[in-house]
Amino acid sequence: MSNENIIQVKNLTKKFNGFVAVDNISFNIKKGEFFAFLGPNGAGKTTTIKILTTLLLPSNGEVNVNGFNPVTQQNEVRCSFGIVFQDQSLDDELTAYENMEYHGVLYKVPNPLRNKRIKELLEMVELWERRNDLIKKYSGGMKRRLEIARGLLHHPKIFFLDEPTLGLDPQTRNKIWEYLKNLNQKEQITLFFTTQYIEEAEKVSQKVAIIDHGKIIANGTPSQLKTQTKTNSLVEAFLKLTGHDIRLESANPLDHLKMHHLRRH
Amino acid sequence: MSTIYILWLRQIKRCLRSKSRIIGSLGQPILFLFALGFGFGPIFQRAGQGNYIQFLAPGIITMSVLFTSIFSGIEIIWDREFGFLKETLVAPVPRLEIVLGKTLGGATVAIFQGIIVFLISLLAGFKPVNPTGVFFAFLFMILTALLFTSLGTAIASLLDDMHGFQLIMNFLIMPLFFLSGAMFPLSGLPNTISKITSVNPLSYGVDGIRGNLTGLWHFGLTTDFMVLIIVTLILLSLGSYLFSKIQV
Repeated sequence: MSNENIIQVKNLTKKFNGFVAVDNISFNIKKGEFFAFLGPNGAGKTTTIKILTTLLLPSNGEVNVNGFNPVTQQNEVRCSFGIVFQDQSLDDELTAYENMEYHGVLYKVPNPLRNKRIKELLEMVELWERRNDLIKKYSGGMKRRLEIARGLLHHPKIFFLDEPTLGLDPQTRNKIWEYLKNLNQKEQITLFFTTQYIEEAEKVSQKVAIIDHGKIIANGTPSQLKTQTKTNSLVEAFLKLTGHDIRLESANPLDHLKMHHLRRH
Repeated sequence: MSTIYILWLRQIKRCLRSKSRIIGSLGQPILFLFALGFGFGPIFQRAGQGNYIQFLAPGIITMSVLFTSIFSGIEIIWDREFGFLKETLVAPVPRLEIVLGKTLGGATVAIFQGIIVFLISLLAGFKPVNPTGVFFAFLFMILTALLFTSLGTAIASLLDDMHGFQLIMNFLIMPLFFLSGAMFPLSGLPNTISKITSVNPLSYGVDGIRGNLTGLWHFGLTTDFMVLIIVTLILLSLGSYLFSKIQV
């Protein structure tokens, strides 16, 4: 592999009982890149992330994360990344601090450093004052911010975020992008996020891959995609490339059902 | 080690924080102990079997350990449902350590439950024969708790969601309990029932706990101990294997 690419995906396919969720996709992500995976619900974004993060096994194809194979070198891959899942993944009955501590112990962050790092991150996401509250009492936006802080606790090289701003109010969304942009610039961390908000992908990411029905349709910088389609915005480019609006698709109840079904696997 | 500890600690904290669950799970053993104990007491006495509370209490203690341990093991399904399982699964730790931490945590909660029911049974008039017996009964409680938490983990690793739960309750937990000698003596049973009770690992837990507390043995200490140890190790390995195969 080339030293530059921290993630390499070649001819990746994932099938669930005959249903093809990810259909022979290939892409690379460079070290330190801010990479957006853009597509409607059920396009295969989450499935791809799950394969990259060892939660699912691929049906076919080659995957490389930070120089390791997620099928045969799971532990090395797991040490390399932090992740914010699409659905909530905190323990509701624990406090914010306890959730952070649980993570820190599992990732073997030793103690004086662990406490210091937890404080630093909780302050960054403005939750330090609320550290001893049970998660049950947190709002959706607070939970998401905590998950971001938690995912960064062990200084990962790659940070996966699966729809990090879905269902959040505009203010919280802006704040989250602010943290992430800062991180990307200051710590040179590679960011891989999925979204159905085209404007967000255009605003923050350096590279965008558009995925639809399990296939990557286009891959490049936002301006490359606009030039390629001779359009003025990524929204128009998306429409031209996929032949449909991203929202229309996501409003389709059948897709919701399909996505729900996929998530159970 | 630290992984096992933090997973154990999480179970303990969750248990201590849900007081309604602790109190709720005491309802059934108390009902069984008092209603059955005093209801069947006179018949048991007339049949020449002695004091029924004395016979029943160890069975009910074992029952509460059984229920709490299987439910603790099955909590993995809840973790899956509420998303927390993913957080644990992507962590760079051996799957065996995760299973051990969860099993020890669940077993501790179940033992705690067993001790409370033991104390309540003293109020109902139960009298252990001697302090050494109480100590050894406690060891058998630990083994029983470990065995059934491992079983719960193994089952939970196979289930995607809570839909199978009712099935497990009616076709596994209840039969395990009713066919274990917790409520009636195992000697002189019809052949088929007798065979079923002797392949039920809970029978050996009940026997170990009752034998040590009251001096009434059916299989004997060595047999009880060996069966429980071996089945626990088998289920723990099976649970770890199945858990390591989970994809979410």
